[in-house]
Amino acid sequence: MSGRVLVGVKRVIDYAVKIRVKPDHSGVVTDGVKHSMNPFCEIAVEEAVKLKEKKLMKEVVVVSCGPQQSQETIRTALAMGADRGIHVEVSGKDYETLGPLQVSKILAALAKKEDAQLIILGKQAIDDDCNQTGQMTAALLDWPQGTFASEVSLEKDGIKVVREIDGGLETIKISTPAVLTADLRLNTPRYATLPNIMKAKKKKIANVKPADLGVDLTSRLEVLRVDEPPQRQAGMKVETVDDLVSKLKDAGKV
Amino acid sequence: MCQTEAAVGGLSHVTALVLTCTSSLSAAHRCIRALTAVQAERGAPQLYTAVTRRTCSSVTAPRITTHYTIRPRDKDPRWEGVEMERFADQADVVIVGGGPAGLSAAIRLKQLANEHQKELRVCLVEKAPQMGAHTLSGACLEPSALTELFPDWKERGAPLNTPVTEDVFNIFTKNHRIPVPILPGLPMQNHGNYLVRLGNFVRWLGEQAEELGVELYPGYAAAEVLFHEDGSVKGVATNDVGIAKDGSPKDVFERGMELHAKVTLFGEGCHGHLAKQLYKQFNLRENCEPQTYAIGLKELWMIDEKKWKPGRTEHSVGWPLDRHTYGGSFLYHLNEGEPLVALGFVVGLDYTNPYLSPFREFQRWKHHPFVAATLEGGQRIAYGARALNEGGFQSIPKLTFPGGLLIGCSPGFMNVPKIKGTHTAMKSGILAAEAIFPKVTAEEADSETAGLHVPEYAESLKSSWVWKELHSVRNIRPSFHNPLGLYGGMIYTGIFYWILRGKEPWTLKHRGLDAHQLKPAKECTPIEYPKPDGKISFDLLSSVALSGTNHEGDQPPHLTLKDDSVPVARNLAVYDGPEQRFCPAGVYEYVPVETGDGMRLQINAQNCVHCKTCDIKDPSQNINWVVPEGGGGPAYNGM
Repeated sequence: MSGRVLVGVKRVIDYAVKIRVKPDHSGVVTDGVKHSMNPFCEIAVEEAVKLKEKKLMKEVVVVSCGPQQSQETIRTALAMGADRGIHVEVSGKDYETLGPLQVSKILAALAKKEDAQLIILGKQAIDDDCNQTGQMTAALLDWPQGTFASEVSLEKDGIKVVREIDGGLETIKISTPAVLTADLRLNTPRYATLPNIMKAKKKKIANVKPADLGVDLTSRLEVLRVDEPPQRQAGMKVETVDDLVSKLKDAGKV
Repeated sequence: MCQTEAAVGGLSHVTALVLTCTSSLSAAHRCIRALTAVQAERGAPQLYTAVTRRTCSSVTAPRITTHYTIRPRDKDPRWEGVEMERFADQADVVIVGGGPAGLSAAIRLKQLANEHQKELRVCLVEKAPQMGAHTLSGACLEPSALTELFPDWKERGAPLNTPVTEDVFNIFTKNHRIPVPILPGLPMQNHGNYLVRLGNFVRWLGEQAEELGVELYPGYAAAEVLFHEDGSVKGVATNDVGIAKDGSPKDVFERGMELHAKVTLFGEGCHGHLAKQLYKQFNLRENCEPQTYAIGLKELWMIDEKKWKPGRTEHSVGWPLDRHTYGGSFLYHLNEGEPLVALGFVVGLDYTNPYLSPFREFQRWKHHPFVAATLEGGQRIAYGARALNEGGFQSIPKLTFPGGLLIGCSPGFMNVPKIKGTHTAMKSGILAAEAIFPKVTAEEADSETAGLHVPEYAESLKSSWVWKELHSVRNIRPSFHNPLGLYGGMIYTGIFYWILRGKEPWTLKHRGLDAHQLKPAKECTPIEYPKPDGKISFDLLSSVALSGTNHEGDQPPHLTLKDDSVPVARNLAVYDGPEQRFCPAGVYEYVPVETGDGMRLQINAQNCVHCKTCDIKDPSQNINWVVPEGGGGPAYNGM
């Protein structure tokens, strides 16, 4: 039992920034825009560090796939308490088309290479809202998955996960090794304080190329066009039901 | 303490009675009865009645300020037993603020260290989440200081991509303009200068600094100045994190960190909050005039390509401001591969009408035919605001004190008629580095105090071009205070600057503190501003959203009030709440209290764009802006 947790973190545009579509409609402007760690990934890192502090896991390894700047995101995770980082270099065109399928292949390969016992990810990224990487990674590894986790407890015979589902809360027990994805109420992430950021500069970040892991980055998806949502039209208030019906008839809806 | 203290004009004799009230409902009723009695006896006019009804709530107002700088934690039972010990680290030099001044100082220090093969640990803390995210400026950069710092700036890829090609100056009237020729020698002549996106320039400076080995820590705000036993500056402490909105510690509470240094450079920009403390602590302003300010609001627009004239620089004065309100506009056509223009409006904060809203003046200025023609068919992509210095030469404080010194716009080296302060800020950073380098690397500390005192910095600044430049334009801004207002100022500039180059033997004075210039609301006329049309002019909240500003919601508001009752009792009562109008981010709102009559001040701290205008212009000087949790604030991108 390695006692190793692999945590995936993604560098995304900060949630408070107003995004803008590129003039050529190929995507969203990212140059110079404030980025930060995906909020659900912060929760995932916090959970992993908590497990280590409770001595239920021995080592937390944090992974990020992306360009040079992803290293900053890994540093923040290291400052939160992760032990070491792996930066999978993906940049340029490859980065623009990077999606859950390729990332889950990378994570699966790393999990085997690092002999990980547990993979914790955020449930989804706030830029694409795919909510697929955790599930795909589990499938590729043929591991059980505990997604939308709002409570995680490691027990002798497996992991008890309380999941947030449409109908309420579902409690399951899965065997290890497993993949977990973090939902909002799992924990409150700690701050990355300055002394920890300074210490994190001394922690190791290994550089890996997707090719070294035998992963092909070709995307099966092609983005045709990106547009802003249509402007919301002003509504209309009516006084009576008859008014409403006649207006609906006029508009051809009835 | 009674929350219904009413200090309205002639009712001041009641204040003494009111102040002795204890905080309870019956006390509030006593206050109201007392005031009503006075009101009846004076046969108060309409306005008084309205005003007293607003200033006397029948319920005590909720506490607004919970920040520990106003409500100390050592006596607070919620903080009992909380570990307050801070981790400390030692550097040679600590720099507060990652703007042009701070970064120039850091870079110069490391250049000197490499030249002389000396080890030097330089740490720079910056409250913005990334370098340049809190930077906002026009900007038209004079590259003199940059060339001194990096003679090869072009090869290094400094983002100076737009040389000025055309320079236009107009006096606007409501529908027309009067062009003013920019003769060589006038301060607003821009040949040889570059239009830059200062945020991108600062980001580039940050990259250069990191390459040279400066330790940059964006996302960490310097919250406190630390002192040695002998009173000299020991360094700074960064902000605590994890304090709830009500001032109590959360589970994730962690103390900030202490950074100790031989000497600390303070480069917080215009009206820095630590500088404000240092002025008091070391009496740095005893021989200079108070600083005077302006607020600058800015937007970036993507315009119709056909209207794009890269390198074109436009400035205007006049409409919509009257001749007694200082201010003007800029519109710069950038040349960075897309039809982007940077435009903005500056209003002097010595304006007298509390009904004036700098934001709405900016929005309505855009409708002037000359400006609207450029913006029609375009799209606004960014918004922001920041206060800037206008005091110039007369307002420069003492620059050095034991353990530290002030650089950049913090003490204030802006050349107001040129509307440029970046080149002088950078030069001050460079001179600071050159002055402290021999002292921090000396084998034996040559100082009486534990924190190094470096008066050589002030000396070298005084014999540099910065001083000469600021001295020559010192009378232009104050010349504005004459019966002809703007026109008098322009005549003065024409005679004494253009012809005599500022060599006149006298030095005109400013009017005093900006905060004291407001006239009471009853003496002024409200201004009828046009409604925003959603195409050229916009409302405040959609503008604030474009600044990308955000703060952790569950933290004490960083706009602290020395006295929670003053806003309703004085600002609203006498000045009709000018903070509702001068804040460019909608932080201050007077809302009706939930039960009963009266108003209360609501502080929407999350909207703050860190412009510092409220701390400057509050007529009661009751607002004290302190630094929020690091990383919060605007997310400007190349502003």
